[in-house]
Amino acid sequence: MEEVSTEEQIVTVLKEKFGGEILSIESPYNFLTVILRPEKIISIIKFLYDEEGYQYLTTLCGVHYPDQKSIVVMYQLHNLRQNKRLRLKIALPEDKPVVPTLTTVFPAANWMERETYDFFGVTFEGHPNLIRILNVEEMIIFPMRKEYPLEDQTREDKNDQMFGR
Amino acid sequence: MEKVSLNNVKVSESPEGVEGAGFFATSLEKAVGLARKNSIWPLPFATSCCGIEFMATMGSHYDLARFGSERLSFSPRQADLLMVMGTIAKKMGPILRQVYEQMAEPRWVLSVGACASSGGIFDTYSVLQGIDRIIPVDVYVPGCPPRPEQIIDGILNIQKLVESESLRRRDSKEYKAMLNSYGIE
Repeated sequence: MEEVSTEEQIVTVLKEKFGGEILSIESPYNFLTVILRPEKIISIIKFLYDEEGYQYLTTLCGVHYPDQKSIVVMYQLHNLRQNKRLRLKIALPEDKPVVPTLTTVFPAANWMERETYDFFGVTFEGHPNLIRILNVEEMIIFPMRKEYPLEDQTREDKNDQMFGR
Repeated sequence: MEKVSLNNVKVSESPEGVEGAGFFATSLEKAVGLARKNSIWPLPFATSCCGIEFMATMGSHYDLARFGSERLSFSPRQADLLMVMGTIAKKMGPILRQVYEQMAEPRWVLSVGACASSGGIFDTYSVLQGIDRIIPVDVYVPGCPPRPEQIIDGILNIQKLVESESLRRRDSKEYKAMLNSYGIE
């Protein structure tokens, strides 16, 4: 009997159950990455949790792609029993990044979603406490978005010529 | 009065004054300045590597006790000198300011290192670009981090200010206006 790797198995299962949701499948650095439509992301993760043993949320974060005018939310799941990992990505529109909260499946997503909100302005609908977690409360920008320069704009002693700003 | 030496203990020089048999007269300001100068209680507000240099400064090798500042005050209410050592994130700003506000007058502030003085290499949205944006600073110590000798030099400069400060300075209009410019009543 032909040996089927868990990686291929999970791809097959996902294609069967959520074929219409999958946009593409990649494997950068041998890390299985599935790019999905954002609509059913929570039910897909719930399915992976309940049926496929992906019961550990390694991380959750945002990525800003200004060229594509999108903010990607990345979920990284771990099947601890089989030691298999899976990365899921969804692309949200830059001007209105809204996605349902993952805290319904993983309570640990609470702070990660707050961080993603803090830095990228992604709104996680249904999150119990979606406020800034790391930056000062008075901050009015989402500093990891590319339209905001990294440097502190209030600093007067550095000019572009001397410091390459 | 000449410098007295008892068993190698150096007594600080007395201020200018009128001297005679059995008496010595000087201004109160000078006597208070002399006393304050040699017993500054620092409050270390150390957040990063400059704090490590400060630990060396307090240790036996550099021994800040030689300058009368071995008694650290970890309560701002009893401290004379606020030593800010390290990067102050914007989120830390209000806390630093509260510590400064809790200190009793007269109070001095020593900003140790590039980060506390100007933000240093952390020219970024999350870091306060110099503590002088929220509290007044008396002496800046450059360096990234400064060596213990430089920190001692900074303290000696603070001592010069302490020694020569007029007793009425803290009641002056200018001083109050300066504090008001930082939003401290």
